[in-house]
Amino acid sequence: MIINHPLLGPRDAQEFTYLGDASLLDRPDWQVPDAAQAFHDYLYLRDNPAGDHRELWFHEQGDRSWLVVTRNTLTHEILNVELARDVAKARRAAQ
Amino acid sequence: MRYSALRLIKEAVTGHKGWTPQWRDVAPQDHYDYVIIGGGGHGLATAYYLAKEFGGARIAVLEKGWIGGGNVGRNTTIIRSNYLLDGNEPFYEFSLKLWEGLEQDLNYNAMVSQRGILNLVHTDAQRDAARRRGNAMILNGSDAELLDTEGVRKLYPFLNFDNARFPIKGGLLHRRGGTVRHDAVAWGYARGADSRGVDIIQNCEVTGFRIENGKVLGVETSRGYIGAKKVGVSVAGSSSRVMAQAGMRLPIESHVLQAFVSEGLKPFIPGVITYGAGHFYCSQSDKGGLVFGGDIDMYNTYAQRGNLPVVEDVIESGMSLIPALGRARLLRSWGGIMDMSMDGSPFIDKTHIEGLYFNGGWCYGGFKATPAAGFCFAHLLKTDRPHETATAYRLDRFMTGHMIDEKGQGAQPNLH
Ligand SMILES: Cc1cc2nc3c(=O)[nH]c(=O)nc-3n(C[C@H](O)[C@H](O)[C@H](O)COP(=O)(O)OP(=O)(O)OC[C@H]3O[C@@H](n4cnc5c(N)ncnc54)[C@H](O)[C@@H]3O)c2cc1C
Repeated sequence: MIINHPLLGPRDAQEFTYLGDASLLDRPDWQVPDAAQAFHDYLYLRDNPAGDHRELWFHEQGDRSWLVVTRNTLTHEILNVELARDVAKARRAAQ
Repeated sequence: MRYSALRLIKEAVTGHKGWTPQWRDVAPQDHYDYVIIGGGGHGLATAYYLAKEFGGARIAVLEKGWIGGGNVGRNTTIIRSNYLLDGNEPFYEFSLKLWEGLEQDLNYNAMVSQRGILNLVHTDAQRDAARRRGNAMILNGSDAELLDTEGVRKLYPFLNFDNARFPIKGGLLHRRGGTVRHDAVAWGYARGADSRGVDIIQNCEVTGFRIENGKVLGVETSRGYIGAKKVGVSVAGSSSRVMAQAGMRLPIESHVLQAFVSEGLKPFIPGVITYGAGHFYCSQSDKGGLVFGGDIDMYNTYAQRGNLPVVEDVIESGMSLIPALGRARLLRSWGGIMDMSMDGSPFIDKTHIEGLYFNGGWCYGGFKATPAAGFCFAHLLKTDRPHETATAYRLDRFMTGHMIDEKGQGAQPNLH
């Protein structure tokens, strides 16, 4: 798989390590009353879809940036690559 | 039809015309007491024990493709009882005991071969961990022997003992571990279940559940609606997809594990060897092929094929342990989709939906579990209580803090 890094261009997926579903960017609020349940769901439950999946990759052997990669889990086709910090900022702005 | 040497001789002299199909090809009925989804090793074993041990009646196994086409026919066939944690080891020991009597029980040659598994150690810390694991195994009725370098050399003189970085300092030998002909496990259980009246229905994909007032009534399938009193889901890599049809999110990610087999060679590796300094394990099949594998591919996937970086990693690790491997040619490689759970341990549990039960999260280690997983899942389906060796495999264990993290890696499936 080749990941088209927004800053560095096409890079081999081998340069990256994989963390998982990009929903890990949405850390729950620890002060809400059902925080224990929210953290359980956040940490342990996954959609695990067959099809398009937004996921976090870390460019460990490169510029050490975190990326949000949209990839099809049935074909391995990579559809979109964004800097995770841009995604996180956009989400915060939307809230 | 019972299989025996006498029968084989009789068929040999009469042109093998008397063999009959090992299971019937049946159309689904409208309603069953038990519907098992997934005709892999676990689903078939569940149906078999449900019929044989628990007096279950009117049972169907629904398989979307053909039985044995999933991971039960894709794995590297290793069976063992060498776990450390209390939630696990009694279960795997129960499974190994069932393997030991399986062929007589099924009247089927599954080529169960207890050729021994050797986990190599390369450092003092690994030796300490191996000693601790060995003691835990012995406490749970399994067997373990700690070998020093010379002990390993006697069994496997061709290993790379003096690797500058990872010299072989010994190993934990589990003599009762070994390999089993994986396809024969699916076929043997299918035949045993069928002969006890279980309907094995192939080309029948489950596409939805009918659930009313929190109770499951049956399943929608590509061959029409099938009613059921109880539904057991045992679909390995497809666990999240199938349970999503019941509105559930699971503590599971699907990942691919690759395996490799070389051309046939003369007998060379008598048992199973696992490398302690890289992800690599190897055995030799009775046909002579070296069967080996290593790590999962690390990213979520439902494609039953992997990528080249892991191929390279497995081969490199293999070469650093068994330099002679470089002279063998690779015949085939393939991949299977595994249901990787958040702590690396499985689930055999009820769900919050009445009549819906789940068996999954077996990661890359569910083949060895096949007999016990089938037995324990059947026990749960019949009695609504977990079997005594499977009480820890609960779906709510992350909420209650009772995770079973053999590897101590935390909630990241690709590290288990
Ligand atoms: C390369 C590789 C090597 C492995 N090596 C080992 C090993 O050495 N030792 C070990 O213990 N374990 C090993 N494993 C793991 C082991 O193979 C699995 O954990 C185990 O086989 C899973 O259980 P199963 O046999 O029931 O799965 P499967 O055979 O995958 O059965 C699940 C079945 O469910 C069916 N299904 C899915 N969705 C539906 C639906 N909607 N409707 C109807 N049917 C459906 C599938 O078609 C499939 O046949 C390995 C796995 C792989 C991929």
